[in-house]
Amino acid sequence: MHELSITQGLVEAVLHRTGERTVTAVNLRIGPLSGVLADAVRFCFEVATAGTPMAGARLRIDEPQGRGRCRNCQDEFTLSDLILLCPCGSADVEVLSGRELMLMSVEVA
Amino acid sequence: MCTTCGCGDEAGTRISNLAGELQTPGPGHLHSHTDEHGRTYTHEHPDSHQHAHADSHDHHPGHADGHHHADPGTETILLEQNLLAKNDLLAATNRGWLAGRGVRAFNVMSSPGAGKTTLLVRTLTELGGRLNAGVIEGDQETSLDADRIRATGRPVIQINTGAGCHLDADMLRHGLDALSPEPGSTVFIENVGNLVCPALFDLGETAKVVIVSVTEGDDKPQKYPHMFMAADLVIVNKSDLLPYVDFDVDECLRRIRQINPRAEFITLSATTGEGLADWYGWLDGATSPAAAPTPGAARPEPLTGSLTEAH
Repeated sequence: MHELSITQGLVEAVLHRTGERTVTAVNLRIGPLSGVLADAVRFCFEVATAGTPMAGARLRIDEPQGRGRCRNCQDEFTLSDLILLCPCGSADVEVLSGRELMLMSVEVA
Repeated sequence: MCTTCGCGDEAGTRISNLAGELQTPGPGHLHSHTDEHGRTYTHEHPDSHQHAHADSHDHHPGHADGHHHADPGTETILLEQNLLAKNDLLAATNRGWLAGRGVRAFNVMSSPGAGKTTLLVRTLTELGGRLNAGVIEGDQETSLDADRIRATGRPVIQINTGAGCHLDADMLRHGLDALSPEPGSTVFIENVGNLVCPALFDLGETAKVVIVSVTEGDDKPQKYPHMFMAADLVIVNKSDLLPYVDFDVDECLRRIRQINPRAEFITLSATTGEGLADWYGWLDGATSPAAAPTPGAARPEPLTGSLTEAH
């Protein structure tokens, strides 16, 4: 459950910026190759925000697709996991997206 | 439970001293919250995030940073920061601290029971005075592993993470303070037995060593790709049991290569001593952070390092 500590870090980072203001929404971007489960963050969010000005805030998580590019055949393709294998058989794959683990923005009242 | 960070008050992190006595976390303990102004928020002050200090960073109107106003009544504040930014910053601090003292730190990770402690005990015993080393032990509970290390006569600090499933950079910071390693020495960090969570948390270590034992199955690398992707060295332990289990070393290596083309690879048995010479040779060759050009930069695609650039 590293998502709990990551969500706690998220709450700290947000409150550091927003202080006493009521936070109404939090926008994250979590890629499928980041090692963090968006659903687990959703699960932890309520617990981690309880008793803070973030309590009750809406949590939106943008989950972009993982994309890779083969350095051999230059083909671009979808990556659903970290097994970096091009359909052409090459494992020399550059990850273009999918590792995002970002706090994008917050909305405050 | 602490409502600020969610950790249990009873199950919070505890750190032993060199004599093995567990310390009660005081103010500034591991689940405290320190901001860039050096203010520490502790469990006793769960509302202290309210910025009582006098400066007025980005809270007041007239600011020139990335705020924009979405609709009347609410304001959107753009942050665009890595969720692991705080840990990564503390890890960078640790890396500098270690480099300044020429101390090498190896983050040893595996699932529970793969033989981390057994390998460390044997290494410390056999290398004796040839390797000036201390150990930081991470476990959820008990000092059993630290006791085994202490029996070798080497300095050891036990970190009990309570509910925590991994060590983070802040915990290592406290562990290093308690261990106080000599300049030029080596620190083995035995992470909490877990192939999932420790992979994401940079500690500022010189290298990550991942152990997989032959009783676990050669498909572990594909089941836990983040851990094997992060590894600098993968050790296949318990090679003495190979005749009795269905574990194909070559197949395991092939699977690791698919995920991580740069990891080194050693097969050994910490029990019989087979292959240990390779491990000692690796330890001899692993440079201290002071000697390495840019620690961590040799990794083509570090898992957490790439997260900040990703967008």
